[in-house]
Amino acid sequence: MKDIIVENICKSFPKEHIQALDDINIEVEKGELFGLIGPDGAGKTTLFRILTTLLLADSGSAIVNGSDVVKDYKAIRRKVGYMPGKFSLYQDLSVEENLSFFATIFNTSIKENYDLIKDIYEHIEPFKNRRAGALSGGMKQKLALCCALIHRPEVLFLDEPTTGVDTVSRKEFWDMLKRLKMEGITIIVSTPYMDEANLCERIALMQKGKILSVNTPTHIKSSFPDPLFAIKTEHMIKLLADLRAIPEIKSVHSFGEYHHITLNEPSENELQLLHQTLANDKHEAIDIKKIEPEIEDCFIQLMSN
Amino acid sequence: MNSEHAIITDQLTKSFGSFTAVDHISFEVKRGEIFGFLGANGAGKTTAMRMLCGLSKPTSGSATIAGFDIYKDTEKIKTKIGYMSQKFSLYEDLTVKENIRFFGGIYGLSNKALKLQTNKLIDTLGLESQSGKLVASLPLGWKQKLAFSVAVIHEPSIVFLDEPTGGVDPITRRQFWDLIYEAAQRGITIFVTTHYMDEAEYCDRVSMMVDGKIAALDSPEKLKLKYNVESMDDVFYHLARAAKRGE
Amino acid sequence: MKQFMIFVKKEFKHVFRDSKTLLMLFGLPIVQIVLFGFALSNEIKSADVLICDHANNNYSHEIIHKISASKSFEVKRVTTDHSEIEEAFKQGSAKIAIVIPSDIEDQIFHSTHGSLQVISDASDPNTASTLTSYISNIIMDYKQTLNAGNSPPMQVVPEIRMLYNPTLKGATNFVPGVISLVLLLVCVLMTSVSIVKEKESGSMEILLVSPMNPFTVIISKAVPYFFLSLINLTVILIMSVVLLDMPLNGSIFLLYFESSILILCALSLGLLISNSTDSQQAAMLISLMGMLIPTMLLTGFLFPLENMPLPLQYFANILPSKWYFIIVKSIMIKGLGISAIYKETLILIGMTVLLLFISIRKFKIRLS
Repeated sequence: MKDIIVENICKSFPKEHIQALDDINIEVEKGELFGLIGPDGAGKTTLFRILTTLLLADSGSAIVNGSDVVKDYKAIRRKVGYMPGKFSLYQDLSVEENLSFFATIFNTSIKENYDLIKDIYEHIEPFKNRRAGALSGGMKQKLALCCALIHRPEVLFLDEPTTGVDTVSRKEFWDMLKRLKMEGITIIVSTPYMDEANLCERIALMQKGKILSVNTPTHIKSSFPDPLFAIKTEHMIKLLADLRAIPEIKSVHSFGEYHHITLNEPSENELQLLHQTLANDKHEAIDIKKIEPEIEDCFIQLMSN
Repeated sequence: MNSEHAIITDQLTKSFGSFTAVDHISFEVKRGEIFGFLGANGAGKTTAMRMLCGLSKPTSGSATIAGFDIYKDTEKIKTKIGYMSQKFSLYEDLTVKENIRFFGGIYGLSNKALKLQTNKLIDTLGLESQSGKLVASLPLGWKQKLAFSVAVIHEPSIVFLDEPTGGVDPITRRQFWDLIYEAAQRGITIFVTTHYMDEAEYCDRVSMMVDGKIAALDSPEKLKLKYNVESMDDVFYHLARAAKRGE
Repeated sequence: MKQFMIFVKKEFKHVFRDSKTLLMLFGLPIVQIVLFGFALSNEIKSADVLICDHANNNYSHEIIHKISASKSFEVKRVTTDHSEIEEAFKQGSAKIAIVIPSDIEDQIFHSTHGSLQVISDASDPNTASTLTSYISNIIMDYKQTLNAGNSPPMQVVPEIRMLYNPTLKGATNFVPGVISLVLLLVCVLMTSVSIVKEKESGSMEILLVSPMNPFTVIISKAVPYFFLSLINLTVILIMSVVLLDMPLNGSIFLLYFESSILILCALSLGLLISNSTDSQQAAMLISLMGMLIPTMLLTGFLFPLENMPLPLQYFANILPSKWYFIIVKSIMIKGLGISAIYKETLILIGMTVLLLFISIRKFKIRLS
């Protein structure tokens, strides 16, 4: 069963001359953990706002949990949970006050759905009398998630929940999402961090209001068109410049410890030649190996097309 | 002036009441080095960076930036450094050219130098057709590249970059690092914070702050070796997990 | 109902946990009352007088004594040298000078038009004319007592009575002004800022994406400020009655009823402002520029409206505070009932209904 169906959604902001969404089509299954991956300005927030009935699309239609986002907006507002990107809770209310406020607003109580948020809330319960403004980034994010979950929503929208949060908190957060998924809640999460794509069941890569690709992370990675090689020498900055100057190389991008390259005509022979060229350029400890592409490789490849 | 080091700190400390945000940190950054300054949220990165830029007075300890003392010579330090953050970088309601002129003017460039630099900068960034447009109309990636170029327009000794690539697309992110490399090769010391762990690999050396202290400081390779892990992400996770404060 | 209650509770917590809001809410009226009541009074006390006495007899001494006995004047110097007058004005050591002619006795008993000269420093015209009329009153009074036994020459003496405010106290005018100023400021500024704050922090998005009716959100936002404004009104009233001897002749119930209308009017205006702006600063600026300044200048409590150019007088008609000011004065000072102020009340109600209607119509159930 499809929980979200987005058809040909377009949205522009004429004042700012921005085409925020350009003919978006997505379907999300019930109970799926779906990721919208893309940099700032890709249109993730706009799409979320349309799906949560906060904005009207210029054209196209969308159905969330069986209800139309325009006609049945009241029904949708009862059954979705939403955590906006800039959401900062009520800083001057305590953790407990924030939570019970949102529980009441959603016609429920903390007690009623405590089992759903128990695992998350236990992390912050020792500080339940502390004002939300005095919490660390990771804790705020957990509290915000509790507030979005308190009414046991059918669909959960999380807009960049991990932006600006350090690696440790990010890992914890994704663990929580996996547990929530087991409760049968459909989760749509957006993120600018490409590495988080692997934690979703299916992802949509977005850039400048367009969808580059929608599929499972594994499938997206396997449809990378060329063999990919990682290359490393003693002097990485010089290597980058040297690789760019070699005409046989199709693309070169730095990826942390290694540079990732694709060749115009990949073959064992070409690699030997490349090794030779680099040695002639006085590179030492040359390390070339074939690797499987990451989501970021795919994103760059799709962007360049 | 010690020409070897751009930044030297010794037991540098900043407390707010009973809370020690930065706890006796000592490290050195070599001239022309790309220095990654990492740490979990609330580890004290921002406070430390503020002190190094001369924006906040340390509680105790000492530091020299580009040869100047951070207690006595804060004004001189400011002429020797560039600063760029994710939040504020350029005036959105000024054009590209006006921004360059403004920041160049602030750093005391002569009219002639200003004109030369403006043209050079617009040329290298490939912004010829955009130079008369408002910064607000540029894509985020362009803004960040322009902001960086403006931050080094006066050829400072050190440039401080506070999460310069947050939310930027992967291609622009790499182009941004190309600019960093170029600046480093001209001898500008780069002091950068980031949440992208692959960017930590691009640094010559990386420091990891945990609970106000520097928990580790070395080249990415040696750090990975030391903690016997595959990636900088694992190094970070290994160290930051031990943090007690903030939560 | 439960949603509504917890929302109202939350709003009160916001107010009581923010010292700046509290200061604004309760510090403002106190400061205003003190400022207008003691510092900015237009009553004149102890103006310096220079007297040039050419007569120097019992009658002139008596006049000088009468003047110095008045609270309004303080006789600085008595001289016979005419040239000292201008000198004293230049130095600012006197505000007003009186020249008593040598034939003062003759003038009092035999002349129908005396020529006692009063010279005043008119660089401050309001003060000068007030002082001059005070002096004339004193002298006229003296002349009457002296002539009491004799058959006076034919003359018409105007007898002036200052009705409702016999002592010409400034408080009677500015207290109603301060009440309208504070009520407007608190309601417009506080509601608009508190709504825009929710937009800025992103919590408005959550509230919209909740089963709570957007209309309930707005009502819950307004209710706390409605009650806080009534408390504010009470504080001002107590202060002005106790500290400034302000009369409260009419019905208190009527006063609170009329004030409630103004508060509703201001709340709708605050709501309207919050609808059309997304930043707290903008909301604050619009509220201050759009409300505070016109209310101060055009309500009539600082500057009389009758003296203003016609366009400004017309413009003042669209200010709720102008009508409220008239209403409060009528109730508190004149002690009038609803029948005397029904016209103003209807205008105020009309404005409120219109504003409330527009602001509810314009309230967005979505983000844009």
